Parts: sequence; structure tokens; C-alpha cells
Amino acid sequence: MNHQTNEDMTTEGTAPRSFLSKYLGLKIGLFLIAWFLLYRQLLPLARFLSYDLIGLQPESHLGSAVEFFLYDTPKVLMLLVLVVFGVGVLRSFITPELTRKILSGRRESTGNVLAALLGVVTPFCSCSAVPLFIGFVTAGIPLGITFSFLISAPMVNEIALVLLFGLLGWKVAALYFITGILIATIAGWTIGRLKLENHVEDWVREIQVNQAAMPDNRQSWEDRTRFGIEAVQDIVGRVWLYVVIGILIGAAIHGFVPENFMAGIMGKSAWWSVPVSVLIGIPMYTNAAGIIPVVEALLGKGAALGTVLAFMMSVIALSFPEMVILRKVLKPRLIATFIAVVGTGILIVGYLFNLII
Amino acid sequence: MKIQILGTGCAKCKKLAKNAEAAAQELRLDYELTKVTEMQEIAGFGVLMTPALAIDGQVKLAGKVPSVKDLKGLLSA
Repeated sequence: MNHQTNEDMTTEGTAPRSFLSKYLGLKIGLFLIAWFLLYRQLLPLARFLSYDLIGLQPESHLGSAVEFFLYDTPKVLMLLVLVVFGVGVLRSFITPELTRKILSGRRESTGNVLAALLGVVTPFCSCSAVPLFIGFVTAGIPLGITFSFLISAPMVNEIALVLLFGLLGWKVAALYFITGILIATIAGWTIGRLKLENHVEDWVREIQVNQAAMPDNRQSWEDRTRFGIEAVQDIVGRVWLYVVIGILIGAAIHGFVPENFMAGIMGKSAWWSVPVSVLIGIPMYTNAAGIIPVVEALLGKGAALGTVLAFMMSVIALSFPEMVILRKVLKPRLIATFIAVVGTGILIVGYLFNLII
Repeated sequence: MKIQILGTGCAKCKKLAKNAEAAAQELRLDYELTKVTEMQEIAGFGVLMTPALAIDGQVKLAGKVPSVKDLKGLLSA
């Protein structure tokens, strides 16, 4: 027991206060410069490793798979570190309590948009979905606005956006961001219109909140920086394995699956592929980090962007475990409505992109 | 001193309980640590994020897992 305690203290290892706080700005600046210098060397390095050092043929299946893996893995992980750190610092300002304060008293429509946007930056994990839901509803935030938040928070997050940006470029990342916010806004608004308030479990409405817990959030820049570093340790520590496995599968698809193999199954011509992708996505539970590298490889083999986006959104936004968690506060009909409304939104996005791109 | 850990049993909740236990022991506090896992009860505390920690019924932190050192500061305050 004693031994464990000691270990905990060292691994938690918050550096001594004086070390981080001295020249904080300078240290962050140096880190950024080092990051950019290294980032720019990744492609030449991956080529050197795969073709000169290991001696693979650039045109061979194995060669392209190895290069893809050696380039994309460090690239995505480096992007993740940078963005998760930045978002971590940002999140030290935006607590769920602040979000609730901003949202309470908002009218619907503007409230829905705001909730969807705040869902991106407010700290959220699906294990906190229930207390958050209760906290919002008891504060008088309309059900539809609460749902806009609950849809956008897991779906549009920095991890998904980083992976899309790193593997598919900024246009697809922007597209994902915009459509994700739109789905969250409109689906939340629709749920609000359906007047399903009495399908929230009865105990939620009867609950007596004894105190308004509002932990003090005054922090120094040093604390916020540390918050960012902890976010990197926590999030990157949790998803790196998914990234590596995802890219490994992606690399295998890149190198060995024939060109246009996916066109018949997930291509534009197959109209049924969008709904099927959404349905397959619901029970699948992985995070953005694992699914996006695979998705990228599928796109390269003739899958249509709309179908692939729909699949991805369904995997991330409509997950079975989250439904089980939400079932504690929502009656079955409201859960079913939630899945149906969000699923429809995703379907529309899928068809729309297959149509225009 | 009554220390309550609010959380439904996710990995972070266990970690917070362990760190709080260690901090309280190092401070040689006279404490009683309980885990509040019932959703109804957690919601009654008014927290929006788990895990949370309450001292003598007052919520002191939510959605965070501080180090043993930081928790010692919180517990001795």
C-alpha cells in the first residue's frame, strides 16, 4: 500500500511549481518551434526509413504500406499533442458550470446553436453525461438545448478534428465540424419541438439539488498550462493505441486492398450504403482515433465521402454504451427519438455529400 | 472529517478515491472515506462532472483527479 502511494506521487509527477512557472512563455515558445521543426521532417524521415534504411521498393505494396504507417503515425500523434494541449488550456476556462450559466435563460434556436458550439469546447466525458443532463435540466435549460449539447459534445471534438485534418486535410475537417454542429443544432431543436419533457425519468424532475456546486475557477497561467499538460497525458495516453492500431489497419488497406474495391460497397452508386453504414455504426464502439485512419484508407479505395462521413458520425455519436448511460435519466421513447432524430440527421449529411461532391 | 467520492465507478473515480485516501493517510487525518455511487445521490450534490469530492457534505472539486500533493492541500485547508 505504502509503495503504491509513493509510485502514484511520482507518476502523477506535477513538476515543482518553480520549474514550470519560470519563463513560462519562453518554454512554450521553444516547445512550439521544436514541434514545427520536427513536424516538417516527418515525411523525408518516413521515406528514408522505408526505402533507404529498410530498402523497400517505393512502388511495392509493402513499401507504400510501411511509408504510410511510418509517416502518419508520428504525424497524427504530434498533431494530437499540440491540439489537445491547446484545447486543454482553453478548457481550464470553460467549465461545465460556466456553460450551464451561459445556456440557462437562452431561448431555443439561438440556444441550440450556442449549446452545439459549447459542446465542442466544454470538458465532457460520457461517464458524466447523466449528472450533466440533470444539472442542465434542473437549472431550467430546455430539453432541446440540453440535447444539442449532448449530441455535439461527443461527436464534434478535438480528437476527431485533428485526425481528419491530419489524414484527410482541412476541407474535410471543416466539413465535419460544420455538419456536426448543424446536426446537433437541428436535432436538438427538433427534440425540443416534440415536447417530450414528460419522457424524462420521474426521479430527475423530483430531484432536490441541495447545493449549487460551483468550484472556484480562478487559476494562474501556470495552473492552466499544467491543466493542458495533464490533458495531453490523459487523452493522448488513452488514445495513442487506437491511433496506432487504426493506422496499422489503414496501412494494410492502403497497401493490399485493390483500387476501387470499396466503390461497389461504399461508393456513390450504392444508394443503400448510407443507411447501412449508419446502422452498422450504432453498435460499433470505438473512438474517433481508431476509426478515422481506417476511414481514410477506405476513401482511397473508392468509398464515397458522404457514406464514410455518415459511418464515422454514427460510430462516434450514436454509441450503445452512451445510450445505456442515458437510459438512467430518459424513458425508452425519448431514447428512441434521440437515436431516430440524430440518425436521420446523419443520413441527410451522408446523402448530401454524396450528391454534391 | 467525512470525505465523499462521487462517481459511478469509472477509472478516474477509483483513482481519485485512491489519491484522496493516500493524502488523508499522509496527513494522519481522522477521516471516514465513502464512495457515493448512486446516480440520484450524486445529482443531489449539484455536480456536473464526475468524479467529484466532497468534504463534510460540501463539494470541493468536480471533474478532476488532482495529485496526492494537491489533495493534501485541499484536505488540510
